[in-house]
Formats: sequence, structure tokens, C-alpha cells
Amino acid sequence: MAKYLLLKHYRRSGPEHVPGTDAPMDQWAPEEITEHIDYMRRFADKLTESGEFVSGDALSPEGTFVRYDGEGRPPVTDGPFAETKDLIAGWMIIDVESQERAYEAAAELSAAPGQGGRPLHEWLEVRPFLADPPATAG
Amino acid sequence: MRTLSPQVLGVLVRRGADFATAEDAVQEALIEAARHWPDDPPDDPKAWLVRVAGRKLIDAQRSEAARRRREERVHDEPAPGPTEQADDTLLLLSRCCHPALSPASAIALTLRAVGGLTTAQIARAFLVPEATMAQRISRAKRTITGERFDTPGDVRAVLHVLYLIFNEGFTGEISLAAEAIRLTRQLVAATSTDAVSTADPEIAGLLALMLLHHARQDARYAASGELIPLDEQDRSLWDTSMIAEGVDVLQVALARERLGEYQAQAAIAALHDDAPTADETDWPQILEWYDELTRLTDSPVVALNRAVAVGQVDGPRAGLAALGDIDPGLDRWDAVAAHLHERASDDAEAIRHYTTAADRATSAPERTHLIKQAARLRAAREDG
Repeated sequence: MAKYLLLKHYRRSGPEHVPGTDAPMDQWAPEEITEHIDYMRRFADKLTESGEFVSGDALSPEGTFVRYDGEGRPPVTDGPFAETKDLIAGWMIIDVESQERAYEAAAELSAAPGQGGRPLHEWLEVRPFLADPPATAG
Repeated sequence: MRTLSPQVLGVLVRRGADFATAEDAVQEALIEAARHWPDDPPDDPKAWLVRVAGRKLIDAQRSEAARRRREERVHDEPAPGPTEQADDTLLLLSRCCHPALSPASAIALTLRAVGGLTTAQIARAFLVPEATMAQRISRAKRTITGERFDTPGDVRAVLHVLYLIFNEGFTGEISLAAEAIRLTRQLVAATSTDAVSTADPEIAGLLALMLLHHARQDARYAASGELIPLDEQDRSLWDTSMIAEGVDVLQVALARERLGEYQAQAAIAALHDDAPTADETDWPQILEWYDELTRLTDSPVVALNRAVAVGQVDGPRAGLAALGDIDPGLDRWDAVAAHLHERASDDAEAIRHYTTAADRATSAPERTHLIKQAARLRAAREDG
């Protein structure tokens, strides 16, 4: 078993969208948004039942950069940056048998319905977690 | 209690009870035990639990139509007394490691039913929520419901699951490596009652392999969490009594002259453990065992480790030639290439491979180690 982080990118510099699926969510009909959220909730429920769900959440698109600024000084903040290319809209951690299964789960999440109930074909970034080394490796 | 409950479960399952129902019955019997034992401790706790769990089981199966049969069965229940344990453990293990289960489910079910760990403990060991682990276990139970085992199943499937548990090896509240050793010991004990000619020597081979690797556990990590490779480990931290036991177990297994991959892997581990210093490692003999292992399994991981041994015996160029025949897409391929290039004094290539290997590492301690190797060589080049 290995853990994978599935990242939903809100605006990103990754691969190109399938044409007709890149309208921002605030341009969708309310029931389309409801259906989209319901799909993701059902997906998480299904993964819990199959013993593959670890955790997941949606994130606000508003992000602020924070930095240490020296002893006794308050942290420096910067942003939010409206033009940021890579905003993470949400994430899910799964614990699955194989990389193949991780891709299959990500593809299913990517099929969440968007405008008109059509699959969103959203890109998800799949990142493996670093684990413990096996006991027999040396 | 932790050792008794799997034993009681084993008895009920052997008598033909459905797995999930039997487990519920054992839980109920344990609750009864907690209630009654402080005032009235039984002479034979296991027999007491078997008797009570047996009644709970029958209660659970009761229906109007079956009432008469239930009363007959309660009446026929065997008198309390010693119950044999050996073949129950084997039966439980082969049921929990059934080939119909995914490895993750088999591991979870084995730790629960044979190891006697709680669902919460198993969940913490695998860093998943308890609800997720509970689902894994109940799915596993559903999968094997209706699968009848009146004889122990495939021992090789059991060995594979125990090997996987060992390799998970999380330390924390539960060391899965220690847990795997405990379960493998039980399996050895369960099968040693067989005629010696029929028990698979690979069972002892696996136990030896685990002991010989686990003996080095305390030397494998720096305080920083970084992985320390075998040749740099502080050998005074190795557990010599565990090594001695592993060697004994291995020698008995090898004497049976039915070699298998666990015995061959254990032999390699024994040769590493036997060297007082890394330089005194008997690489020619290790290479012979890798050749043997290559005949037993076509695993690319074995081929990769064999290339390391070739490099030690015939020099880094020979090692690189052996590496050339192996798929570079394999985990640790770049790490081996980096090591061999470094030994061949080809630092530029070594740095390149160490960097790639660090990017591809599947564990944090391994990645830290590889990044430092690249940094060390780079610094040496700049100084020179």
C-alpha cells in the first residue's frame, strides 16, 4: 500500500484543458455546483468503504505568502496574488495498492460533472508520498 | 487476552463457524470474561472462552426453526480441557492470507485476527483513519465469507503476507517488523508438529530472513532519521543474539536441501551479518547466493542487488556491465549506478545518478542519504 496526494489545481500552468470544460465554477448554474460537490462527496464515501481513503478537503482560493523576518519581528506577509498560476483548490490523500489504482481513482475524480452535467475532464496532479524504506533493503 | 482471543477464534473457525460471526462471539465472550473473572477466575481461561464464545455463536445463529438443534449442540459441547493450538494458528493464517484478498486486506485481517491487534492499533500503524481500516477489515471478512477451509491452505500465500508485514516495519506504538516475527514464530511452531519431511523449509527460511535483517534495525538510521547504508553502520549496535538465532534457524532449514528464495535471501543477510567489518564481507559467496536466487526468481530487484555484488567481486566496470542488462526504470537503479560510477572514479556520472536517484527515492530517509552523497561528491570536486 502507498499513499498518494491528489491535487486539484484551480488555475494552473499544467497541461491544456479539454475545450469547453474550463469555465470557472462561479459561471456554473447552482445545481451544477451542487451536483459537482455531491459527486466528490460520494467519491470520498466510496473510497472510505473500499478502505482507501485517508483524508481530503477543499481549500479557499485565497492564499497569502508568509515568511520569518527575524527575531522579535512579526512575520512578513505578501499576497494574495490574483495572477498566481498554480492555486490548489482542494486535495485528497488516498492509500492504495498500486500507482495504477491511484491513477484510476484520480481519473474517476476528474470525471466529476461540470457545466451541463458533463464530465469536467479536470487535470489532477498525483504525487506519491515518501514512505519508510523496506526493512529488507539493507 | 491478546494471545487468547486468536486461539479461541481459531477453534471456532476450525469447527466450521463463519469467520465474522465467530469474531463477534469471541468479543462477547471477552466481555463476559471481564465481568466474571475478577470474582471467579477459571482454571483454564482458554477452555472457558471457547465454551462461552461457542454459546454466543450459537445464540447468534439461533432462529425459531433452529432452536431445537441449538439445544442439542449446547448439550454436545465438548467438556473444558486443553485444546490443541498448532493447526488452528495455521488454519487462521491461511484463511486471513487467502489469495482472494488484496495484500492490504490480507495484512489487516491477519494483524486483527491472528495478531490480536485492535483496529485502532492497525490503523495507527498504517497511518490511515480508523474508519478506513475498519472498512478494509470488514471487506476482507466479506470476501472470504463462504470460502471454506477444512485444511490449511497455501503456505506460500501466508509467507508472502508475513513478508509484506515485515517490510512495512513502522515503528511507533506497534513495530510491524516485530509483529511479523511474532506471527512467523507462531507459524513455525504450528508447522513443526507436522512430520519434518512435509513442512516447507521456506517457513523457517522466512523467520531466519526476518531475524537477520531485524538484528540490524538499531543501526539503520542516524539520529537525524537519515538511512545509513550497510557498509557504514555501527556494527556494535547489531543484535548478536538475534543474529545467532537467525543463523541457527537458517542452518536447520538449509540442511533440508529444499532451497527457496527466502532461505537464499536469509543466507545473503547472514553473510553480511557475519562480517566483523564491511571490508571483510564475503562478497564472492554473496554473489554465489545471488546467482542461486536468480535461478529461483526472475525478480528485477534481485538482478539489481546482484549487480552490486558483481561490482564488489569483479570491480565497478563489471558491475556497470551487469547493470546495463537491467531496466533503468527500476527503483534504486540510479542509486546503484551512482555507487558503481563513484567506485570507478567517474564522479561526474556519479553525481548525475545520485541526483536522479534522490529525485526518484520512495522514502524520505533514502532521499536524504542520496542528496548528501551528491553534495559530498560535488564539494570534493570543487575543493580539488
